[in-house]
Amino acid sequence: MKETNMELTAEEKEILEGKKGETLRKVMETIVRFGQAFGAHRLIPLTHRPHLVTSFGANSIKPYYAIINELIASRLKTFDLFTVDPRPFDYENLPVTLIEKILFSFIFGKQKDYEQQLKKLGLENEEAFTCACYLPEVGNIPHRGDILAWSESSAVVYANSVIGARTNRNSAGIDIMCNIVGKAPEYGLLTDECRQADWLIELKTKKLPNAQILGSAIGLKVVEEVPYITGLSEYLGSELKPEVLDYLKDMGAASASNGAVGLYHVENLTPEARDFGRKLLKPNIKTYVIDDAELERVYQSYPLLWKKPARKPFLCFIGCPHLSLNQIEQWVNRLEEELQKRRLKKTPVPVILCSAPGVIKEFKKNAPTGFKEKGIRLTAICPLMYMNNPLCARKPIVTNSNKLRTYSTARFFPDEEIIRIIFEGLQ
Amino acid sequence: MNKVFKGRVIVAGNLKGEALVSHRGFNTLASFQKSLVTRAKIARCSDQDNKDLYQKVMTGKILCLPQTVGSTTGGMVILTVAQMGLHPAAMLFSKPIDSLAAAGIIMTDVWLNKKIITLDSLGDDFLQTVKSGQLLEINEEGEVRILDS
Repeated sequence: MKETNMELTAEEKEILEGKKGETLRKVMETIVRFGQAFGAHRLIPLTHRPHLVTSFGANSIKPYYAIINELIASRLKTFDLFTVDPRPFDYENLPVTLIEKILFSFIFGKQKDYEQQLKKLGLENEEAFTCACYLPEVGNIPHRGDILAWSESSAVVYANSVIGARTNRNSAGIDIMCNIVGKAPEYGLLTDECRQADWLIELKTKKLPNAQILGSAIGLKVVEEVPYITGLSEYLGSELKPEVLDYLKDMGAASASNGAVGLYHVENLTPEARDFGRKLLKPNIKTYVIDDAELERVYQSYPLLWKKPARKPFLCFIGCPHLSLNQIEQWVNRLEEELQKRRLKKTPVPVILCSAPGVIKEFKKNAPTGFKEKGIRLTAICPLMYMNNPLCARKPIVTNSNKLRTYSTARFFPDEEIIRIIFEGLQ
Repeated sequence: MNKVFKGRVIVAGNLKGEALVSHRGFNTLASFQKSLVTRAKIARCSDQDNKDLYQKVMTGKILCLPQTVGSTTGGMVILTVAQMGLHPAAMLFSKPIDSLAAAGIIMTDVWLNKKIITLDSLGDDFLQTVKSGQLLEINEEGEVRILDS
Protein backbone atom coordinates (compact mmCIF):
# COMPACT_ATOMS: atom_id res chain seq x y z
CA MET A 1 0.00 0.00 0.00
CA LYS A 2 1.52 3.31 -1.13
CA GLU A 3 0.18 5.76 1.43
CA THR A 4 -2.74 6.45 3.72
CA ASN A 5 -4.23 9.62 5.11
CA MET A 6 -5.64 7.75 8.11
CA GLU A 7 -4.14 8.41 11.53
CA LEU A 8 -2.74 5.03 12.49
CA THR A 9 -1.13 3.99 15.78
CA ALA A 10 2.47 2.81 15.86
CA GLU A 11 1.30 -0.80 16.09
CA GLU A 12 -1.10 -0.39 13.15
CA LYS A 13 1.69 1.14 11.06
CA GLU A 14 3.98 -1.78 11.88
CA ILE A 15 1.32 -4.23 10.79
CA LEU A 16 0.78 -2.28 7.58
CA GLU A 17 4.52 -2.36 6.90
CA GLY A 18 4.47 -6.15 7.16
CA LYS A 19 6.47 -6.38 10.40
CA LYS A 20 3.94 -8.83 11.85
CA GLY A 21 3.64 -11.05 8.81
CA GLU A 22 2.40 -10.79 5.23
CA THR A 23 -1.10 -12.13 5.89
CA LEU A 24 -1.80 -9.70 8.74
CA ARG A 25 -0.41 -6.95 6.50
CA LYS A 26 -3.01 -7.82 3.85
CA VAL A 27 -5.75 -7.87 6.49
CA MET A 28 -4.71 -4.40 7.67
CA GLU A 29 -4.38 -3.07 4.11
CA THR A 30 -7.90 -4.27 3.34
CA ILE A 31 -9.36 -2.50 6.38
CA VAL A 32 -7.40 0.71 5.90
CA ARG A 33 -8.24 1.02 2.19
CA PHE A 34 -11.85 0.19 3.00
CA GLY A 35 -11.92 2.88 5.69
CA GLN A 36 -10.31 5.43 3.35
CA ALA A 37 -13.07 4.86 0.80
CA PHE A 38 -15.54 6.11 3.42
CA GLY A 39 -13.45 8.98 4.76
CA ALA A 40 -12.58 7.28 8.07
CA HIS A 41 -9.75 9.06 9.92
CA ARG A 42 -8.82 6.19 12.24
CA LEU A 43 -9.53 2.66 13.36
CA ILE A 44 -11.37 2.18 16.65
CA PRO A 45 -11.29 -0.91 18.91
CA LEU A 46 -14.16 -3.37 18.78
CA THR A 47 -15.68 -3.90 22.22
CA HIS A 48 -17.94 -6.88 21.65
CA ARG A 49 -17.82 -10.33 20.06
CA PRO A 50 -18.21 -10.89 16.30
CA HIS A 51 -21.19 -12.26 14.43
CA LEU A 52 -20.41 -13.37 10.87
CA VAL A 53 -22.78 -13.74 7.91
CA THR A 54 -21.10 -16.53 5.93
CA SER A 55 -22.26 -19.87 7.33
CA PHE A 56 -22.60 -21.88 4.14
CA GLY A 57 -19.97 -24.06 2.52
CA ALA A 58 -20.94 -23.32 -1.08
CA ASN A 59 -18.62 -24.87 -3.66
CA SER A 60 -18.62 -21.65 -5.68
CA ILE A 61 -16.88 -19.32 -3.18
CA LYS A 62 -13.40 -20.82 -3.45
CA PRO A 63 -11.37 -17.59 -3.09
CA TYR A 64 -13.12 -16.92 0.20
CA TYR A 65 -12.01 -20.32 1.57
CA ALA A 66 -8.50 -19.64 0.30
CA ILE A 67 -8.41 -16.41 2.34
CA ILE A 68 -9.69 -18.24 5.45
CA ASN A 69 -7.04 -20.94 4.92
CA GLU A 70 -4.34 -18.30 4.67
CA LEU A 71 -5.55 -16.68 7.91
CA ILE A 72 -5.54 -20.05 9.70
CA ALA A 73 -2.08 -20.96 8.33
CA SER A 74 -0.81 -17.68 9.75
CA ARG A 75 -2.37 -18.61 13.13
CA LEU A 76 -4.75 -15.66 13.02
CA LYS A 77 -8.08 -15.80 14.87
CA THR A 78 -10.91 -13.41 15.56
CA PHE A 79 -10.26 -11.31 18.70
CA ASP A 80 -13.12 -13.09 20.50
CA LEU A 81 -15.32 -16.13 19.91
CA PHE A 82 -17.97 -15.59 17.24
CA THR A 83 -21.44 -16.71 16.27
CA VAL A 84 -22.41 -17.14 12.61
CA ASP A 85 -25.55 -17.33 10.47
CA PRO A 86 -27.58 -20.61 10.28
CA ARG A 87 -26.56 -23.73 8.38
CA PRO A 88 -28.15 -24.23 4.93
CA PHE A 89 -29.76 -27.66 5.37
CA ASP A 90 -31.12 -30.07 7.97
CA TYR A 91 -31.97 -33.52 6.60
CA GLU A 92 -33.39 -34.67 9.95
CA ASN A 93 -36.13 -32.07 10.27
CA LEU A 94 -36.88 -30.91 6.73
CA PRO A 95 -38.49 -32.93 3.98
CA VAL A 96 -35.90 -33.49 1.23
CA THR A 97 -35.90 -35.89 -1.70
CA LEU A 98 -32.85 -37.88 -2.81
CA ILE A 99 -32.37 -35.53 -5.78
CA GLU A 100 -32.49 -32.52 -3.46
CA LYS A 101 -29.93 -34.17 -1.18
CA ILE A 102 -27.63 -34.67 -4.16
CA LEU A 103 -28.18 -31.06 -5.21
CA PHE A 104 -27.48 -29.76 -1.70
CA SER A 105 -24.29 -31.79 -1.47
CA PHE A 106 -23.27 -30.36 -4.87
CA ILE A 107 -24.04 -26.73 -3.97
CA PHE A 108 -22.87 -26.90 -0.34
CA GLY A 109 -20.14 -29.51 -0.82
CA LYS A 110 -17.69 -27.55 1.32
CA GLN A 111 -19.97 -27.37 4.39
CA LYS A 112 -17.99 -29.80 6.58
CA ASP A 113 -14.62 -28.35 5.60
CA TYR A 114 -15.85 -24.81 6.08
CA GLU A 115 -17.18 -25.56 9.56
CA GLN A 116 -13.74 -26.93 10.44
CA GLN A 117 -12.24 -23.68 9.18
CA LEU A 118 -14.68 -21.66 11.28
CA LYS A 119 -13.70 -23.61 14.43
CA LYS A 120 -10.05 -22.78 13.84
CA LEU A 121 -10.92 -19.13 13.24
CA GLY A 122 -12.85 -18.70 16.51
CA LEU A 123 -16.37 -20.18 16.21
CA GLU A 124 -17.93 -20.35 19.68
CA ASN A 125 -19.35 -23.89 19.44
CA GLU A 126 -21.53 -26.27 17.37
CA GLU A 127 -24.68 -24.41 18.41
CA ALA A 128 -23.50 -20.95 17.40
CA PHE A 129 -25.35 -21.05 14.05
CA THR A 130 -28.20 -18.50 13.99
CA CYS A 131 -29.01 -15.11 12.48
CA ALA A 132 -30.50 -13.98 15.83
CA CYS A 133 -27.33 -14.23 17.93
CA TYR A 134 -28.66 -11.58 20.32
CA LEU A 135 -31.41 -13.85 21.71
CA PRO A 136 -30.89 -14.65 25.43
CA GLU A 137 -30.53 -18.41 24.77
CA VAL A 138 -27.69 -17.71 22.30
CA GLY A 139 -26.00 -15.02 24.34
CA ASN A 140 -24.05 -12.92 21.86
CA ILE A 141 -25.67 -9.78 23.26
CA PRO A 142 -23.84 -6.46 23.00
CA HIS A 143 -24.49 -3.56 25.36
CA ARG A 144 -25.46 -0.06 24.41
CA GLY A 145 -22.51 1.84 22.97
CA ASP A 146 -20.51 -1.30 22.14
CA ILE A 147 -18.56 -1.11 18.87
CA LEU A 148 -19.08 -4.15 16.62
CA ALA A 149 -18.17 -5.29 13.11
CA TRP A 150 -21.22 -7.43 12.29
CA SER A 151 -22.49 -8.30 8.83
CA GLU A 152 -25.83 -10.18 8.99
CA SER A 153 -28.25 -7.43 8.00
CA SER A 154 -31.07 -8.37 10.43
CA ALA A 155 -28.61 -8.60 13.35
CA VAL A 156 -26.98 -5.29 12.38
CA VAL A 157 -30.26 -3.39 12.39
CA TYR A 158 -31.31 -5.01 15.70
CA ALA A 159 -27.98 -4.26 17.42
CA ASN A 160 -27.99 -0.63 16.26
CA SER A 161 -31.66 0.16 16.80
CA VAL A 162 -32.95 -1.97 19.68
CA ILE A 163 -29.76 -2.38 21.72
CA GLY A 164 -28.06 0.90 20.83
CA ALA A 165 -24.74 -0.76 19.97
CA ARG A 166 -22.84 0.52 16.92
CA THR A 167 -22.00 -1.41 13.79
CA ASN A 168 -21.89 -0.70 10.10
CA ARG A 169 -23.62 -2.99 7.65
CA ASN A 170 -20.43 -4.85 6.76
CA SER A 171 -19.87 -7.16 3.84
CA ALA A 172 -18.83 -10.78 4.25
CA GLY A 173 -15.04 -10.79 4.32
CA ILE A 174 -14.68 -7.31 5.81
CA ASP A 175 -16.42 -8.65 8.95
CA ILE A 176 -13.67 -11.25 9.40
CA MET A 177 -10.82 -8.83 8.64
CA CYS A 178 -12.06 -6.28 11.21
CA ASN A 179 -12.58 -8.97 13.84
CA ILE A 180 -9.09 -10.43 13.24
CA VAL A 181 -7.53 -7.05 13.96
CA GLY A 182 -10.16 -6.22 16.61
CA LYS A 183 -10.74 -2.79 15.07
CA ALA A 184 -13.05 -1.11 12.57
CA PRO A 185 -12.73 2.07 10.49
CA GLU A 186 -14.66 4.86 12.20
CA TYR A 187 -17.32 5.96 9.74
CA GLY A 188 -21.07 5.62 9.07
CA LEU A 189 -23.16 4.19 11.90
CA LEU A 190 -20.19 4.22 14.27
CA THR A 191 -20.43 8.03 14.39
CA ASP A 192 -23.01 10.24 16.14
CA GLU A 193 -23.58 12.26 12.97
CA CYS A 194 -24.65 9.30 10.83
CA ARG A 195 -27.02 8.02 13.52
CA GLN A 196 -29.23 11.09 13.02
CA ALA A 197 -32.49 10.48 11.18
CA ASP A 198 -32.99 11.42 7.51
CA TRP A 199 -36.68 10.47 7.50
CA LEU A 200 -39.63 11.17 9.78
CA ILE A 201 -42.03 8.23 9.47
CA GLU A 202 -45.50 9.20 10.69
CA LEU A 203 -47.53 6.10 11.46
CA LYS A 204 -51.26 6.81 11.18
CA THR A 205 -52.86 3.36 11.14
CA LYS A 206 -56.01 2.39 13.03
CA LYS A 207 -54.29 -0.51 14.82
CA LEU A 208 -50.82 -2.00 15.32
CA PRO A 209 -49.65 -2.83 11.79
CA ASN A 210 -48.09 -6.12 10.73
CA ALA A 211 -44.38 -5.72 11.61
CA GLN A 212 -43.21 -7.33 8.37
CA ILE A 213 -45.27 -5.05 6.10
CA LEU A 214 -44.43 -1.92 8.08
CA GLY A 215 -40.70 -2.76 7.90
CA SER A 216 -41.02 -3.42 4.18
CA ALA A 217 -42.77 -0.09 3.53
CA ILE A 218 -40.08 1.77 5.49
CA GLY A 219 -37.20 -0.08 3.79
CA LEU A 220 -38.59 0.46 0.30
CA LYS A 221 -38.95 4.19 0.96
CA VAL A 222 -35.79 5.13 2.88
CA VAL A 223 -33.46 2.45 1.38
CA GLU A 224 -30.20 2.86 3.39
CA GLU A 225 -31.10 6.05 5.26
CA VAL A 226 -32.12 6.34 8.92
CA PRO A 227 -35.86 6.58 9.76
CA TYR A 228 -37.37 8.02 12.97
CA ILE A 229 -40.77 6.42 13.50
CA THR A 230 -43.58 8.18 15.35
CA GLY A 231 -46.97 6.74 16.32
CA LEU A 232 -45.71 3.18 16.85
CA SER A 233 -45.16 3.50 20.61
CA GLU A 234 -48.91 4.23 20.95
CA TYR A 235 -49.38 0.52 20.23
CA LEU A 236 -46.13 -0.96 21.53
CA GLY A 237 -45.78 1.18 24.67
CA SER A 238 -42.49 2.53 25.91
CA GLU A 239 -40.93 -0.61 27.39
CA LEU A 240 -38.80 -3.13 25.53
CA LYS A 241 -40.84 -6.15 26.70
CA PRO A 242 -40.31 -9.58 25.02
CA GLU A 243 -43.24 -9.19 22.60
CA VAL A 244 -42.04 -5.69 21.69
CA LEU A 245 -38.52 -7.01 21.04
CA ASP A 246 -40.02 -9.67 18.74
CA TYR A 247 -41.96 -7.01 16.83
CA LEU A 248 -38.89 -4.78 16.44
CA LYS A 249 -36.77 -7.78 15.36
CA ASP A 250 -39.18 -8.66 12.54
CA MET A 251 -39.84 -5.07 11.49
CA GLY A 252 -36.11 -4.35 11.36
CA ALA A 253 -35.30 -7.45 9.32
CA ALA A 254 -37.95 -6.48 6.76
CA SER A 255 -36.62 -2.92 6.52
CA ALA A 256 -33.05 -4.22 6.10
CA SER A 257 -33.95 -6.68 3.34
CA ASN A 258 -36.61 -4.69 1.45
CA GLY A 259 -34.27 -1.71 1.68
CA ALA A 260 -30.87 -1.55 3.34
CA VAL A 261 -31.78 -0.01 6.71
CA GLY A 262 -29.01 -0.37 9.29
CA LEU A 263 -30.57 1.74 12.04
CA TYR A 264 -34.06 2.99 12.92
CA HIS A 265 -35.36 4.96 15.87
CA VAL A 266 -38.84 4.48 17.38
CA GLU A 267 -40.04 7.51 19.32
CA ASN A 268 -40.37 6.88 23.10
CA LEU A 269 -39.15 3.31 22.70
CA THR A 270 -35.69 2.58 21.27
CA PRO A 271 -32.72 3.70 23.41
CA GLU A 272 -31.45 6.68 21.43
CA ALA A 273 -34.97 7.93 20.66
CA ARG A 274 -35.83 7.79 24.38
CA ASP A 275 -32.75 9.80 25.29
CA PHE A 276 -32.63 12.35 22.51
CA GLY A 277 -36.16 12.39 21.05
CA ARG A 278 -36.63 14.62 18.04
CA LYS A 279 -33.15 16.09 18.47
CA LEU A 280 -32.17 13.07 16.36
CA LEU A 281 -33.91 14.56 13.30
CA LYS A 282 -31.61 16.11 10.69
CA PRO A 283 -32.51 19.71 9.66
CA ASN A 284 -33.91 18.94 6.20
CA ILE A 285 -35.92 15.91 7.27
CA LYS A 286 -38.02 14.07 4.68
CA THR A 287 -41.47 12.84 5.74
CA TYR A 288 -43.30 9.62 4.87
CA VAL A 289 -46.84 9.10 6.18
CA ILE A 290 -47.91 5.48 6.57
CA ASP A 291 -51.61 4.73 6.95
CA ASP A 292 -53.61 1.54 6.40
CA ALA A 293 -54.07 2.30 2.68
CA GLU A 294 -50.32 2.72 2.18
CA LEU A 295 -49.58 -0.59 3.89
CA GLU A 296 -52.19 -2.31 1.70
CA ARG A 297 -50.60 -0.74 -1.40
CA VAL A 298 -47.18 -2.06 -0.39
CA TYR A 299 -48.57 -5.54 0.37
CA GLN A 300 -50.36 -5.71 -2.98
CA SER A 301 -47.21 -4.63 -4.84
CA TYR A 302 -45.25 -7.81 -4.08
CA PRO A 303 -44.66 -9.78 -7.30
CA LEU A 304 -46.04 -13.30 -7.53
CA LEU A 305 -43.26 -15.62 -8.69
CA TRP A 306 -45.22 -18.88 -8.82
CA LYS A 307 -46.09 -20.22 -12.26
CA LYS A 308 -49.34 -21.71 -10.91
CA PRO A 309 -50.68 -19.32 -8.24
CA ALA A 310 -53.43 -21.65 -6.97
CA ARG A 311 -51.12 -24.59 -6.14
CA LYS A 312 -51.38 -26.18 -2.71
CA PRO A 313 -48.46 -24.93 -0.62
CA PHE A 314 -45.72 -27.53 -0.18
CA LEU A 315 -44.73 -26.10 3.18
CA CYS A 316 -44.81 -22.97 5.29
CA PHE A 317 -41.66 -21.33 6.68
CA ILE A 318 -41.98 -19.30 9.87
CA GLY A 319 -38.88 -17.71 11.37
CA CYS A 320 -36.68 -15.64 9.06
CA PRO A 321 -35.04 -14.11 11.06
CA HIS A 322 -35.00 -16.92 13.63
CA LEU A 323 -37.86 -17.03 16.13
CA SER A 324 -37.48 -16.13 19.78
CA LEU A 325 -38.59 -18.62 22.45
CA ASN A 326 -41.67 -16.49 23.01
CA GLN A 327 -42.53 -16.64 19.28
CA ILE A 328 -42.09 -20.45 19.05
CA GLU A 329 -44.45 -20.89 22.01
CA GLN A 330 -47.02 -18.56 20.43
CA TRP A 331 -46.90 -20.34 17.06
CA VAL A 332 -47.11 -23.83 18.56
CA ASN A 333 -50.03 -22.80 20.80
CA ARG A 334 -51.82 -21.08 17.91
CA LEU A 335 -51.41 -24.10 15.61
CA GLU A 336 -52.51 -26.54 18.31
CA GLU A 337 -55.59 -24.43 19.06
CA GLU A 338 -56.47 -24.50 15.37
CA LEU A 339 -55.93 -28.27 15.15
CA GLN A 340 -58.30 -28.78 18.08
CA LYS A 341 -60.89 -26.35 16.71
CA ARG A 342 -60.89 -28.11 13.34
CA ARG A 343 -60.63 -31.60 14.90
CA LEU A 344 -57.51 -32.40 12.90
CA LYS A 345 -54.51 -34.49 13.94
CA LYS A 346 -52.12 -32.85 11.50
CA THR A 347 -51.75 -29.51 9.71
CA PRO A 348 -52.61 -29.98 6.01
CA VAL A 349 -49.52 -27.92 5.08
CA PRO A 350 -46.32 -28.77 7.01
CA VAL A 351 -45.16 -25.84 9.15
CA ILE A 352 -41.42 -25.34 9.62
CA LEU A 353 -40.50 -23.17 12.61
CA CYS A 354 -36.91 -21.89 12.36
CA SER A 355 -34.93 -20.83 15.38
CA ALA A 356 -31.50 -20.95 17.00
CA PRO A 357 -30.28 -24.34 18.29
CA GLY A 358 -30.17 -22.97 21.87
CA VAL A 359 -33.72 -21.64 21.65
CA ILE A 360 -35.05 -24.94 20.26
CA LYS A 361 -33.29 -26.85 23.04
CA GLU A 362 -34.83 -24.56 25.66
CA PHE A 363 -38.30 -24.89 24.12
CA LYS A 364 -38.08 -28.68 24.04
CA LYS A 365 -37.33 -28.84 27.78
CA ASN A 366 -40.95 -28.14 28.67
CA ALA A 367 -42.78 -28.78 25.43
CA PRO A 368 -44.95 -31.79 24.66
CA THR A 369 -43.49 -34.23 22.12
CA GLY A 370 -45.04 -35.40 18.85
CA PHE A 371 -44.67 -32.25 16.79
CA LYS A 372 -43.71 -34.03 13.59
CA GLU A 373 -46.92 -36.10 13.71
CA LYS A 374 -48.91 -32.86 13.96
CA GLY A 375 -47.14 -31.40 10.93
CA ILE A 376 -45.02 -28.95 12.96
CA ARG A 377 -41.25 -29.15 12.68
CA LEU A 378 -38.49 -27.24 14.42
CA THR A 379 -35.22 -26.59 12.65
CA ALA A 380 -32.20 -24.33 13.01
CA ILE A 381 -31.57 -23.86 9.27
CA CYS A 382 -31.65 -20.70 7.20
CA PRO A 383 -34.79 -21.01 5.03
CA LEU A 384 -33.25 -18.61 2.56
CA MET A 385 -30.31 -20.93 1.96
CA TYR A 386 -32.68 -23.91 1.69
CA MET A 387 -34.65 -22.18 -1.08
CA ASN A 388 -31.64 -20.84 -2.93
CA ASN A 389 -31.44 -23.58 -5.59
CA PRO A 390 -33.46 -24.36 -8.74
CA LEU A 391 -35.34 -27.35 -7.25
CA CYS A 392 -36.56 -25.76 -4.03
CA ALA A 393 -37.19 -22.44 -5.80
CA ARG A 394 -39.88 -24.19 -7.88
CA LYS A 395 -41.76 -25.39 -4.80
CA PRO A 396 -44.88 -23.47 -3.74
CA ILE A 397 -43.71 -22.28 -0.33
CA VAL A 398 -45.53 -19.74 1.83
CA THR A 399 -44.04 -17.64 4.62
CA ASN A 400 -44.76 -14.82 7.05
CA SER A 401 -41.25 -13.45 6.44
CA ASN A 402 -40.75 -10.46 4.22
CA LYS A 403 -37.00 -11.13 4.10
CA LEU A 404 -37.58 -14.65 2.75
CA ARG A 405 -40.05 -13.23 0.21
CA THR A 406 -37.46 -10.71 -0.97
CA TYR A 407 -34.69 -13.23 -1.59
CA SER A 408 -36.67 -16.25 -2.80
CA THR A 409 -39.82 -17.37 -4.63
CA ALA A 410 -41.73 -17.83 -1.34
CA ARG A 411 -45.10 -16.06 -1.12
CA PHE A 412 -45.60 -13.74 1.80
CA PHE A 413 -48.80 -13.58 3.86
CA PRO A 414 -49.52 -11.90 7.22
CA ASP A 415 -49.83 -14.23 10.25
CA GLU A 416 -53.62 -14.68 10.38
CA GLU A 417 -53.81 -15.19 6.63
CA ILE A 418 -51.07 -17.77 6.79
CA ILE A 419 -52.91 -19.72 9.50
CA ARG A 420 -55.92 -19.86 7.19
CA ILE A 421 -53.75 -21.00 4.25
CA ILE A 422 -52.09 -23.73 6.34
CA PHE A 423 -55.52 -25.22 7.08
CA GLU A 424 -57.63 -24.25 4.06
CA GLY A 425 -55.11 -23.71 1.27
CA LEU A 426 -55.01 -20.83 -1.20
CA GLN A 427 -58.38 -19.75 -2.52
CA MET B 1 -16.83 16.71 -28.72
CA ASN B 2 -16.36 13.80 -26.36
CA LYS B 3 -18.02 14.31 -22.99
CA VAL B 4 -15.73 13.88 -19.95
CA PHE B 5 -16.69 13.09 -16.35
CA LYS B 6 -14.41 13.16 -13.32
CA GLY B 7 -14.75 10.76 -10.40
CA ARG B 8 -12.87 9.71 -7.29
CA VAL B 9 -10.34 6.90 -7.81
CA ILE B 10 -10.92 3.76 -5.73
CA VAL B 11 -8.83 1.44 -7.92
CA ALA B 12 -6.80 3.27 -10.57
CA GLY B 13 -6.19 2.14 -14.14
CA ASN B 14 -6.33 2.96 -17.84
CA LEU B 15 -8.94 1.20 -19.94
CA LYS B 16 -11.01 1.45 -23.10
CA GLY B 17 -14.18 -0.62 -23.17
CA GLU B 18 -17.91 -0.97 -23.70
CA ALA B 19 -20.38 0.54 -21.24
CA LEU B 20 -23.12 -1.48 -19.59
CA VAL B 21 -25.53 0.77 -17.71
CA SER B 22 -27.79 -0.02 -14.77
CA HIS B 23 -29.97 2.89 -13.73
CA ARG B 24 -31.14 1.14 -10.56
CA GLY B 25 -29.10 -0.28 -7.69
CA PHE B 26 -27.10 -3.25 -8.91
CA ASN B 27 -27.96 -6.34 -6.85
CA THR B 28 -24.63 -8.18 -6.91
CA LEU B 29 -25.81 -11.55 -5.61
CA ALA B 30 -28.97 -11.65 -7.75
CA SER B 31 -27.03 -10.57 -10.86
CA PHE B 32 -24.24 -13.17 -10.58
CA GLN B 33 -26.11 -15.96 -8.80
CA LYS B 34 -26.94 -18.06 -11.85
CA SER B 35 -23.46 -17.74 -13.32
CA LEU B 36 -21.96 -18.85 -10.00
CA VAL B 37 -24.23 -21.87 -9.59
CA THR B 38 -23.84 -23.02 -13.21
CA ARG B 39 -20.11 -22.17 -13.27
CA ALA B 40 -20.58 -20.22 -16.47
CA LYS B 41 -17.68 -19.08 -18.62
CA ILE B 42 -19.26 -15.67 -19.20
CA ALA B 43 -21.59 -13.97 -16.69
CA ARG B 44 -25.00 -12.87 -17.87
CA CYS B 45 -27.13 -10.85 -15.45
CA SER B 46 -29.68 -13.09 -13.71
CA ASP B 47 -31.49 -10.35 -11.76
CA GLN B 48 -35.02 -10.38 -13.20
CA ASP B 49 -35.82 -7.12 -11.41
CA ASN B 50 -33.10 -5.25 -13.30
CA LYS B 51 -34.69 -4.44 -16.66
CA ASP B 52 -31.53 -2.65 -17.88
CA LEU B 53 -29.23 -5.64 -17.43
CA TYR B 54 -31.27 -8.84 -17.31
CA GLN B 55 -29.60 -11.52 -19.46
CA LYS B 56 -26.93 -9.13 -20.72
CA VAL B 57 -23.24 -10.10 -20.63
CA MET B 58 -21.42 -8.38 -17.75
CA THR B 59 -17.98 -9.99 -18.07
CA GLY B 60 -15.33 -7.56 -19.33
CA LYS B 61 -17.75 -4.63 -19.60
CA ILE B 62 -17.53 -1.23 -17.93
CA LEU B 63 -20.42 -1.44 -15.50
CA CYS B 64 -21.98 1.99 -14.88
CA LEU B 65 -24.28 2.06 -11.86
CA PRO B 66 -25.49 4.22 -8.98
CA GLN B 67 -24.49 1.80 -6.16
CA THR B 68 -24.80 -1.91 -5.38
CA VAL B 69 -27.66 -3.21 -3.23
CA GLY B 70 -28.81 -6.46 -1.65
CA SER B 71 -27.28 -9.18 0.50
CA THR B 72 -24.22 -8.48 2.65
CA THR B 73 -22.56 -11.39 0.85
CA GLY B 74 -22.12 -8.89 -2.04
CA GLY B 75 -18.42 -8.29 -1.42
CA MET B 76 -17.67 -11.99 -1.36
CA VAL B 77 -19.59 -12.43 -4.63
CA ILE B 78 -17.41 -9.81 -6.34
CA LEU B 79 -14.29 -11.56 -5.02
CA THR B 80 -15.56 -14.91 -6.33
CA VAL B 81 -16.55 -13.74 -9.82
CA ALA B 82 -13.18 -11.99 -10.12
CA GLN B 83 -11.37 -15.22 -9.32
CA MET B 84 -13.52 -17.04 -11.91
CA GLY B 85 -12.75 -14.34 -14.48
CA LEU B 86 -16.43 -13.35 -14.76
CA HIS B 87 -16.08 -9.81 -13.40
CA PRO B 88 -16.65 -6.52 -15.18
CA ALA B 89 -13.42 -4.81 -16.26
CA ALA B 90 -14.41 -1.64 -14.44
CA MET B 91 -17.14 -0.31 -12.17
CA LEU B 92 -18.17 3.34 -12.44
CA PHE B 93 -20.43 4.58 -9.65
CA SER B 94 -22.47 7.74 -10.08
CA LYS B 95 -22.89 7.99 -6.27
CA PRO B 96 -20.29 7.44 -3.52
CA ILE B 97 -19.37 3.75 -3.47
CA ASP B 98 -21.35 1.55 -1.05
CA SER B 99 -19.72 -0.65 1.58
CA LEU B 100 -20.55 -3.99 -0.08
CA ALA B 101 -19.00 -3.08 -3.43
CA ALA B 102 -15.99 -1.42 -1.79
CA ALA B 103 -15.36 -4.58 0.24
CA GLY B 104 -15.42 -6.82 -2.85
CA ILE B 105 -13.32 -4.55 -5.05
CA ILE B 106 -10.65 -3.93 -2.38
CA MET B 107 -10.49 -7.62 -1.33
CA THR B 108 -10.08 -8.57 -5.01
CA ASP B 109 -7.15 -6.17 -5.36
CA VAL B 110 -5.43 -7.09 -2.07
CA TRP B 111 -6.05 -10.85 -1.91
CA LEU B 112 -6.27 -11.89 -5.58
CA ASN B 113 -3.98 -9.21 -6.95
CA LYS B 114 -6.61 -8.48 -9.64
CA LYS B 115 -7.81 -5.01 -10.41
CA ILE B 116 -11.38 -4.03 -11.16
CA ILE B 117 -10.82 -0.39 -12.12
CA THR B 118 -13.22 1.62 -9.97
CA LEU B 119 -14.29 5.25 -9.79
CA ASP B 120 -17.12 6.68 -7.71
CA SER B 121 -19.01 9.98 -7.26
CA LEU B 122 -19.25 10.55 -11.04
CA GLY B 123 -22.60 12.30 -10.53
CA ASP B 124 -26.19 11.72 -11.62
CA ASP B 125 -25.50 13.44 -14.95
CA PHE B 126 -23.00 10.71 -15.82
CA LEU B 127 -25.58 7.97 -15.43
CA GLN B 128 -28.16 9.96 -17.39
CA THR B 129 -25.70 10.55 -20.23
CA VAL B 130 -23.93 7.23 -20.69
CA LYS B 131 -25.69 4.49 -22.70
CA SER B 132 -25.08 0.75 -22.86
CA GLY B 133 -22.89 -0.13 -25.84
CA GLN B 134 -21.01 3.19 -25.93
CA LEU B 135 -17.21 3.10 -25.98
CA LEU B 136 -15.66 4.60 -22.83
CA GLU B 137 -12.09 5.54 -22.00
CA ILE B 138 -10.95 5.66 -18.35
CA ASN B 139 -7.62 7.06 -17.16
CA GLU B 140 -5.65 6.80 -13.91
CA GLU B 141 -6.63 10.31 -12.85
CA GLY B 142 -10.27 9.26 -12.60
CA GLU B 143 -11.55 10.72 -15.87
CA VAL B 144 -14.13 8.96 -18.01
CA ARG B 145 -14.49 9.97 -21.64
CA ILE B 146 -17.50 8.90 -23.69
CA LEU B 147 -15.88 8.34 -27.08
CA ASP B 148 -18.91 7.92 -29.32
CA SER B 149 -21.35 10.41 -27.81
